[in-house]
Amino acid sequence: MFRNVAELVELAESEGIQISEVMIRQEMEVRERTREEVVGQMERNLDVMEKAVEDGLKGVKSHSGLTGGDAVLIQKYMQEKEPLSGNLLMDAVSKAVATNEVNAAMGTICATPTAGSAGCVPGTLFAVKNKLNPTREQMVRYLFTSGAFGFVVANNASISGAAGGCQAEVGSAAGMAAAAIVEMAGGTPSQSAEAMAITLKNMLGLVCDPVAGLVEVPCVKRNAMGASNAVVAADMALAGVTSRIPCDEVIDAMYKIGQTMPVALRETAQGGLAATPTGRELEAKVYGISLKKE
Amino acid sequence: MKFKSVFDIIGPVMIGPSSSHTAGAARIGRAARNLFGREPKWINVHLYGSFAKTYKGHGTDVAIVGGLLDYDTFDTRISSSLETAKEKKIKVSFFEEDAHTDHPNTARIKIGDDDGDLELVGISIGGGMAEITELNGFELRLSGSHPAILLIHNDRYGAIASVTSILAKHEINIGHMEVSRKEQGKEALMVIEVDQNVDDVVLKELERADHILQVAKIVD
Repeated sequence: MFRNVAELVELAESEGIQISEVMIRQEMEVRERTREEVVGQMERNLDVMEKAVEDGLKGVKSHSGLTGGDAVLIQKYMQEKEPLSGNLLMDAVSKAVATNEVNAAMGTICATPTAGSAGCVPGTLFAVKNKLNPTREQMVRYLFTSGAFGFVVANNASISGAAGGCQAEVGSAAGMAAAAIVEMAGGTPSQSAEAMAITLKNMLGLVCDPVAGLVEVPCVKRNAMGASNAVVAADMALAGVTSRIPCDEVIDAMYKIGQTMPVALRETAQGGLAATPTGRELEAKVYGISLKKE
Repeated sequence: MKFKSVFDIIGPVMIGPSSSHTAGAARIGRAARNLFGREPKWINVHLYGSFAKTYKGHGTDVAIVGGLLDYDTFDTRISSSLETAKEKKIKVSFFEEDAHTDHPNTARIKIGDDDGDLELVGISIGGGMAEITELNGFELRLSGSHPAILLIHNDRYGAIASVTSILAKHEINIGHMEVSRKEQGKEALMVIEVDQNVDDVVLKELERADHILQVAKIVD
């Protein structure tokens, strides 16, 4: 069983297998399940993600009215104009947004690793898919690779916004996605680890400050930027760029930053964007009262 | 390691919007329901930390009650659980607590009916995972995501052996086990996480074992 990224990469490279394969084998061993059962369950998760992206691209609206419809806007823009940042990047962004808009509308999603950060992994997957033309099996492998890196973060740091801020949620999700993109694009296990490190480094310190306590503002757009961060970091790692700080140490830094983060910035809707005049105004509009405690 | 499976990370499939505040909360509610063994007539939920501050926005209230109605994390009926509880004439009350707790997402659930009640403390640790940290005053550590057996027993020698020998006879493997007591020689609690679901026949046999007072199970 791997306990950190270094062990995960070592396991994969010493046996000459992909990160996804390490994760599949560990799951079979720990849960005493067959390959068919393990892969089958992940296929069902993939189906849920695909459906959520489709629903979001058709346009949804949350009960509060704070979010919804942005995925449609971005897709429309892509059809009418050439996005400055490129089609693939904006496609990933729109599909990450689509997933989180469905989540905010109380639709069905697959947490990756959490619901608030559910957009990064599928958003990048269904965008990169159009470029790399993976088989369904390779798409399922993408999720196992993401899961392997998320597994390390969850056990050594945190994937909870209330415990570690948004860096623990969207930061982890974006790092997981970056690592999986690298594998799908034919990179090595250590390049996956570099991509994760580069991504997470640039998400350190990100606070969890949802307006009105809802997983909407700024969560949906943070998933958009998490997805784009992942695509860029994956490209950098595939180019051979490495992180001066090893991936495990970046994860540890994230954990320690989370521990010292004030409670007001950890999913309590007491600080950050939630406490701005407009944030409070929106909150009052949603509930008729303010969540602010005197 | 708190997270053992890749499906704790890629999953669960759930109704939005928050894995900690919706899915994790539903799992805490469902653990209470499983342990109580029937639909309660009244429900009191005390919320702490981030749960207390943001439960309305995240639908934590809806999720906990959904769990208490025995709904899974992906059950679309979760969103109307409060109305359902009302129709069923279940009395539901929520209390926002200011007290500091070890974990920011903590809920204390008290449920009951004419025949009995139950008090449980659960924490939502992220990604939809939950742990039960207290049951009827006993401290414990139970992830609601594995099948588990809970036994109230007299704190005497041989009590644990009688239970484990029955499980061994039925070829049931123990993944995690904890014993706690409030006072020496009085009532104690045994928590046993197992790899597979346990048949009712086995539970009946456990009930008849030496020094065992009460048996309940939590299903995956």
